[in-house]
Amino acid sequence: MEATAEQFRTCATTGLKVHGPAENLIKTNAVTAIVFLLVGGIVGLTLVLTRWQAVHLLDDEWFYRMLSLHGIAMLVAWMIFFEMAILYFASAVLLNCRLATPWAGWLQFLLMFVGAAIVAVEILLGNADVMFTSYVPLKADHMYYLGVIIFAVGAIVGCLVFFGTLVVAKKEKTYSGSMPLVTFGAAAAAIIALFTLVHGAITFIPTWAWAAGLAPMMDAELYRMLFWGFGHSSQQINVAAMVAVWYLLGTLTVGAIPINEKVCRTAFVLYILFINIASEHHLLVDPGLGIEHKIWNTGYFMHLAVLASMIHAFSVPAAVEVALRKKGFTRGAFEWLKKAPWGNPAFSALAISLVGFGFLGGITGVVYGTEQVNIIAHNTMRIPGHFHATVVVGTTLAFMGLTYYVLPLIFLREVAFPKLAKIQPYLFGLSMYVVSITMMIAGGFGVSRRSWDMSGIESPFQVNFGPVVDLNLAIMGIAGVLACIGGAIYCVIAVATLLIGKKVEA
Amino acid sequence: MSVQSLQPGWWKTPVHKEERIWITVALIWCILMTLIMPLWHVVGEHNPSAEYYRIAPEDFDKLTDEFIDKYKVGVEGDFAVVEPPAGADIFLRGSQWQWDPVLKLKVNETYRLHLSSIDVLHGMSIYPINLNFEAVPGYDYVLTITPTSTGTFNIICNEFCGISHHNMMGKIIVQ
Ligand code: HEM
Ligand SMILES: [Cu+2]
Ligand SMILES: [Cu+2]
Repeated sequence: MEATAEQFRTCATTGLKVHGPAENLIKTNAVTAIVFLLVGGIVGLTLVLTRWQAVHLLDDEWFYRMLSLHGIAMLVAWMIFFEMAILYFASAVLLNCRLATPWAGWLQFLLMFVGAAIVAVEILLGNADVMFTSYVPLKADHMYYLGVIIFAVGAIVGCLVFFGTLVVAKKEKTYSGSMPLVTFGAAAAAIIALFTLVHGAITFIPTWAWAAGLAPMMDAELYRMLFWGFGHSSQQINVAAMVAVWYLLGTLTVGAIPINEKVCRTAFVLYILFINIASEHHLLVDPGLGIEHKIWNTGYFMHLAVLASMIHAFSVPAAVEVALRKKGFTRGAFEWLKKAPWGNPAFSALAISLVGFGFLGGITGVVYGTEQVNIIAHNTMRIPGHFHATVVVGTTLAFMGLTYYVLPLIFLREVAFPKLAKIQPYLFGLSMYVVSITMMIAGGFGVSRRSWDMSGIESPFQVNFGPVVDLNLAIMGIAGVLACIGGAIYCVIAVATLLIGKKVEA
Repeated sequence: MSVQSLQPGWWKTPVHKEERIWITVALIWCILMTLIMPLWHVVGEHNPSAEYYRIAPEDFDKLTDEFIDKYKVGVEGDFAVVEPPAGADIFLRGSQWQWDPVLKLKVNETYRLHLSSIDVLHGMSIYPINLNFEAVPGYDYVLTITPTSTGTFNIICNEFCGISHHNMMGKIIVQ
């Protein structure tokens, strides 16, 4: 398919040629992502108000149903729709190129949307109270698994469109030399996505067949292993995409230039090579695998992926520091930090995301993933504490920060309510810090995750966790409400910008 | 800039000294972290078990019933209370939504605890010492345990196992 000249506009800010069909796909995927974030956020509010023992909002059935929906709407739909927008942006826009096969892009959107809708409806109908992990032998209606599969096929199509666009750009020489770092990082995410989704297919197709009555059930432990080969590795899509967005935000907010591209890119390659291998840390206290296997899997290779994160953790702030010093903020060790654009929501989002991801998410991930510590962390509230620091503080907040540039650059609208936008990353990010930490503390006392009532209200052997845990969960509840307000402000700003935002010159 | 393509030669840019130091420190730290887990596995006493056998859920169900019949000393509500001799093979059966039986153990004696489920996944979480193991149907997970303090311990199910998951509590009494 040939692209015609009318399909392009030239961006006034960057001088890049922007392909119309690519732009429409970016917009559609991003808006859909935000709708799912809104749904997941409202659901998250009901969850946190239920686990706040004194409030205990939902009944048991709806708590588990909403928990399933929250996992799917957030971890699956919000993240992956937004990542599709990022893939199209990093390929077509940054490479100054047309999008390869826009029809396939629309196919991606359609499949993912239909898949996510089926899954959400099945959950709401009460046909799939199995959590997003859907461990067998717990069984959902077969349509649920089918929805997941359709969604995954859509995501695969999106990755292929991305790679196709890279090929087109190379062939049509829309850029010279090597592709930009952000595109490289997005490519790392897309490669990880491809092999992850294959794992997903191996897990979900036989499970669907079983639920539909066509095949026997997969071994329960084998399911866990295959599921986490998919479920854990796919988190690395989120990490790679987030790091690519960090570099992008550094450049957009202060003009940061990566200190050494060789190092940054090598680190992305380490992600591709080593992350899937750590997925057995989900199985450390399971029967089924030998201890040598688990130690090898979760020890040696995993740390090469950790090394990659350590490299980015230096490289991103260093690039920001250098850029700010070039602006003349050279007094003392920290003038650059003081004079950084803290009022720019994209910058504060970058900073809060980076620090939270590293110190709360990364460190707890490495620690809880060790054999010995996992015994006391497995399936306790420590685990949601860990991943609300990674995928929420880290990835979600980075994506939110990016939105403050996507709105003017792609949607051509000035961000509505700029004063609210200024505080949004602080409100959302910092309250989420508190939610994560209080979850971890509760987990330390042995409070388990995914539990409607930790005391076992109808059991003859009730547990009394005591006032410290109650107080802690109350703090989690309050911080959770604040985080939801922060999330809601983000959604309101995005929607208001689209509806009433002042138009920017194209 | 991270959004601009790179011209040939970028690979040859030398790595700055500070960044080299950081990477070296990070690498050493990673190597240490890599070593510490297997090392602890050898010198530490806090490791997950690696002993397990395949077993059909029906068979595990039967073995647990036999175990209960053999050592039953009483009942607590709907639950059998079982007091096995020191060193015995003891069974803990997860099912929707209870842990059977209630176990009475002696402090400082060692037992081989067989953990499994006869329906969906369950999670054995011993409260308040917070030790967590997965109960998987089809697998007999053998944990060698030596209670070192007396008292009553709850077994909280911490793997979602259906609508009454939060009510799935068991009990171990150590005397
Ligand atoms: C907006 C604020 C949010 C709040 C207040 C919130 C709160 C919660 C709570 C209370 C739970 C239940 C923990 C448990 O009982 O096991 C939970 C689970 C979870 N959350 Fe969030 N969350 C928020 C945002 C997010 C976002 C943005 C993501 C993903 C990107 C996310 C991903 C998850 C996942 C994957 C689970 C686990 C579900 C499961 O166990 O199946 N959350 N969240
Ligand atoms: Cu259970
Ligand atoms: Cu359970």
